Amino acid sequence: MAKSQSSIPKEKLMWMFETLVLIRRFEEQAKREADQGRILGTHSAIGEEATPTGICAHLRDDDYVLGNHRSHHHCIAKGVDINEMMAELLGKATGTNKGKGGTMHIADATKGMLGANGVVGSNIPVATGCALSAKVQNKDNVSVVFFGDGASSQGSLHESMNLAAIWDLPVLFVCENNRYAESTPFEYAVAGQSVANRAAGYGMPGVTVDGQNVIEVYEVAGEAVERARKGDGPTLIEAMTYRYHGHFGADNPMGYRTPEEQKYYEDKDCIIAMEKFLIENGTATQEQLKAIDDDAKARVEKATQFAIDSAYPDPSELLSDVYIKYP
Amino acid sequence: MVSTQVRALTYAQAVNEAFHQEFERDPSVILMGEDIAGGAGRDEFEDAWGGVFKLTGGLIGKFGPDRVRDTPISENGFMGAAVGAAATGLRPIADLMFVGFVGVCGDQIFNNMSKMHYMFGGKVNLPLTVITSTGAGVGSAAQHSETLYSIFVHFPGLKCVAPSNPYNAKGLHAAAIRDNDPVIVFNNKLLMGGAGGGIHVPEDSYEFPIGKADRPREGNDVTLIGISYTTLQCLKAAEILEQKGFSAEVIDLLSLSPLDEDAILSSVKKTRNVVIVDEDYPMCSMASELSALIAEQAFDFLDSPPIRLCAPHASVPYSPVLEAEYIPSPEKIAQSALSILE
Repeated sequence: MAKSQSSIPKEKLMWMFETLVLIRRFEEQAKREADQGRILGTHSAIGEEATPTGICAHLRDDDYVLGNHRSHHHCIAKGVDINEMMAELLGKATGTNKGKGGTMHIADATKGMLGANGVVGSNIPVATGCALSAKVQNKDNVSVVFFGDGASSQGSLHESMNLAAIWDLPVLFVCENNRYAESTPFEYAVAGQSVANRAAGYGMPGVTVDGQNVIEVYEVAGEAVERARKGDGPTLIEAMTYRYHGHFGADNPMGYRTPEEQKYYEDKDCIIAMEKFLIENGTATQEQLKAIDDDAKARVEKATQFAIDSAYPDPSELLSDVYIKYP
Repeated sequence: MVSTQVRALTYAQAVNEAFHQEFERDPSVILMGEDIAGGAGRDEFEDAWGGVFKLTGGLIGKFGPDRVRDTPISENGFMGAAVGAAATGLRPIADLMFVGFVGVCGDQIFNNMSKMHYMFGGKVNLPLTVITSTGAGVGSAAQHSETLYSIFVHFPGLKCVAPSNPYNAKGLHAAAIRDNDPVIVFNNKLLMGGAGGGIHVPEDSYEFPIGKADRPREGNDVTLIGISYTTLQCLKAAEILEQKGFSAEVIDLLSLSPLDEDAILSSVKKTRNVVIVDEDYPMCSMASELSALIAEQAFDFLDSPPIRLCAPHASVPYSPVLEAEYIPSPEKIAQSALSILE
């Protein structure tokens, strides 16, 4: 699976497996909630678990992560509580955002998760600002922003890469290239057929990595995070990945892609690959991995029950958290 | 021979028909936006989406990818391209998927689109149409549920319309495309989802004039002014008021800029009471503007101060219990009217 597996501590490897599985089980449950009509729908991250997992394995609570519309996996990898996340999806008062933000806006500043964001490319400059803040305050925190191949066409990415490069800011620009911006294929929308290559124009490293291989992501991210912490500036990482489901809710991806392509990526599934890696290297047994999966299922079940049992916000909450009362 | 048969279309079908007819009649009409066809570049999957709200399906198959262009996610880029294309002989339609995305392309809309004709001494025309989606009610939270009429109408160089049903939606889209100035068309999500649909829509192409309001219900005691989806809410409120013994007139604003001042003022002068129902944030809203207009032009006719009934001064919340309180309901509209009538 990867070249330098022996250098990764066992504890880290097991954390990554647990995280991959927890994200997968959480997202399966979120999809069930949508399928059963309890919520409108979500942007499912199933298939894309490995990228934030391999990157967040290097991050501390005081590092920053900023996401996009498809961000449940970023949140879980950064340590956001899944009870509160599920409650947020159901619009409950106990949710991460008190029910006000929902699936596209989950945030938990105490975990350094500064928010999912519904506007494509919108969080990239904000992440650059978090990195600026760390630099000006002489802290060694790093900032990571996740965005899709679609966002690579927004001016905000290019402006931010330039700013981060001229100021040597500690930021990782992480493109999760899942090949589709809604229904629009990457090969149609991205000139030059590479996001990573765009880093060259800003004088920063640009790396392409197999986003279905958590070990490879971990290794690439390790270098980028170290570079950022040392004050050597930003890195652009393009992780080649795939979403197994549609763009949102009921979107059927078979309307714009083939079953053969889908199968190609499902055969490279990040969890199956990691299982194989851990067993073949003697890091864990099949039974241990199954126990981890069972635990993830139980945690998601508990989170779902917590969300269902929680109360909706009081209607008066409509006017809390506003700066100005009007009229 | 007069046919009495109703040709019932949904809002989305009616707008789609307008697009097909305008593409047919004028080869300079082009369309740009994200996933307006879908599956771009893959012949076997052509037209995979037909637009998020299904307004633009079938166009690429009939008129080809030269005129029907899926764009990368680059709102500022394609909005500016629409301005340039309009200035040089085309008649573009640009689809801004959600009105909140104006935050990305505000430069092109506000600094170029709204100003070029004026600042170039009237020597350049921009015959372009921006369509965009508005409104809460589908659990999409703060960034995908806004209305934002007021920031567009604030600019002198933009015409703005907000249809309320399939009939006027078809006619207003045709009028917007044929207009030689930039026109912003606000399409409410609940209307596109089917609310108020199924009414008669003539098959032949027609324009609904920009600058004209409609009066879907006559009455004598109070004027309820609706905009887009809130017109449906006003019509329901009028039924509640009728049960209480009051006769409400409903004005469907339709054209936000320019305003049909005659329709608004003549109704208010007749009923002497007015409730303006707007889903936008209240401060500096269309409701505020109409309230000021009525106060300035019809003050002596009023029995009570104009009432603005808007969304709360807060972003759109996600939780269904909070969102349910957000859009002005028929009950709240009726209650506001009763507060001045009883």
